[in-house]
Amino acid sequence: MAEVLVYVDHVDGAVRKPTLELLTLARRIGEPVAVALGAGAADTAAVLGEHGAVKVLTHDASEYADYLVVPKVDALQAAVEAVSPAAVLVPSSAEGKEIAARLALRIGSGIITDAVDLEAGDTGPVATQSVFAASFTTKSRVSQGTPVITVKPNSAAVEAAPATPAVSELSVAFSAQATGTKVTGRTPRESTGRPELTEAAIVVSGGRGVNGSENFAIIEALADSLGAAVGASRAAVDAGWYPHTNQVGQTGKSVSPQLYIANGISGAIQHRAGMQTSKTIVAVNKDAEAPIFDLVDYGVVGDLFDVVPALTQEINTRKG
Amino acid sequence: MSLRIVVTVKYVPDATGDRHFADDLTVDRDDVDGLLSELDEYAVEQALQISENSDDDIEVTVLTVGPEDAKDALRKALSMGADKAIHVEDDDLHGTDALGTSLVLAKAVEKAGYDLVISGMASTDGTMGVVPALLAERLGVPQVTLLSEVSVEGGTVKGRRDGDSATEQLEASLPAVVSVTDQSGEARYPSFKGIMAAKKKPVEAWDLSDLDLEAGQVGLEGSYTTVDSAAERPARTAGTIVKDEGEGGKQLAEFLASQKFI
Repeated sequence: MAEVLVYVDHVDGAVRKPTLELLTLARRIGEPVAVALGAGAADTAAVLGEHGAVKVLTHDASEYADYLVVPKVDALQAAVEAVSPAAVLVPSSAEGKEIAARLALRIGSGIITDAVDLEAGDTGPVATQSVFAASFTTKSRVSQGTPVITVKPNSAAVEAAPATPAVSELSVAFSAQATGTKVTGRTPRESTGRPELTEAAIVVSGGRGVNGSENFAIIEALADSLGAAVGASRAAVDAGWYPHTNQVGQTGKSVSPQLYIANGISGAIQHRAGMQTSKTIVAVNKDAEAPIFDLVDYGVVGDLFDVVPALTQEINTRKG
Repeated sequence: MSLRIVVTVKYVPDATGDRHFADDLTVDRDDVDGLLSELDEYAVEQALQISENSDDDIEVTVLTVGPEDAKDALRKALSMGADKAIHVEDDDLHGTDALGTSLVLAKAVEKAGYDLVISGMASTDGTMGVVPALLAERLGVPQVTLLSEVSVEGGTVKGRRDGDSATEQLEASLPAVVSVTDQSGEARYPSFKGIMAAKKKPVEAWDLSDLDLEAGQVGLEGSYTTVDSAAERPARTAGTIVKDEGEGGKQLAEFLASQKFI
């Protein structure tokens, strides 16, 4: 059976959920071979095996942390040469897309980014993408070389498929470009204890209607009652009420959760581009004419300062 | 010291319009008005700020690859304050993918001469966000991408990249390829004086032969990917909308419970 390379996104050995989703998708095409790089790479093998990786290739070197992107491209290229895979799958993070693109160019292959589904086809994997603010769905293939495909978080349910992976060290020779861009400082983001925005099953967002950073506590309380991530519209971010890293939309993050709750967000096209593929959409807004109501499965026309705390209280009561 | 900055920009269909695919499954550009991609305005802005904050002799060139109308995007960048423009236009470019676009851009910036290339973080139509990295790979120079802050001192570019799990400080020697996010600083509006001055600024027109490229290397023929189908998403079935008369929160909780979210 053909092997499929899966690039592992992990933090010091803790594998992030989108990688486990990739392993599930990879099994539709072939046998997953995972590539884990950097500090803690070897610690990923157990969880990768639980999710179907038949081989885990690891490599640790200071270059992965000290320089931007290119050392990881060098390593993935070495893995492609070692394995000759039927496809290479990479999580669709900003860095993942850059790694995938440079790899594709080097190995003479095409690249598809932000796939939301993947299936085996007669001439290789077929990727589904959601484009033009999710108003169109396309199906595409890579027509030259080894398909390199990045997949958005929440594109597949994680399924366990226990395997006992053969773990081996990948041999990597870094290119002349590897040390071109030096990382001179790194400040890890402080954990809020909430799920990562792009990976969360539920996202609760606030917009212009939240009317001040202090009022975001209402949005956070609702999010916490549901175990959700907090998002913000561009208007709220530009006003300085919430950090840019939480921005949902065309110039922020694109999310695709099971449930999206928009509070005080009108639903401009730029915001819709980032959330329209959410499975269930709920909105609370004072303005009955707000375009967000065209998208919703359930909408409440009302003041979020009344509705959101009442909702939070009801959820907490029901949870007992 | 002199510094040559090339800003790559894209002319894109207006996202607020009704965007469609043409019969060949490329983006239908006739249906919707085009404009300078908003995310590229930030790249133009940063180039102008680097120029204004320096005692060096800095020339800012805007470069686009696109159809005839893409001149509008160049004109906008020139009216913001760029010095000159290059328009790569060729019928054979129709349907070029990201890999092909990076090839054309690489040939064009090499021909133009550059010390620094600045791009937006992604186009607002394709939104792939891979062209700056591809361009750096092709040129064999450092990529310093997704910056929310950028500065150039001597022969070094520095910047701040806000990633998912950390904020990184980056540094590279010129020449380099930089991309900037919408957090890098608000883009200026063209002044009346800028708009008038832009009319006199030079716009060079190049085609594929000027870049020693052949039709088969770009366009749909040279594309490494194939779109098999594009289907308009079915309209959502109308949702339930209630007016809050004191029970809105409870009603919403009831809905969430019915969907097993609680």
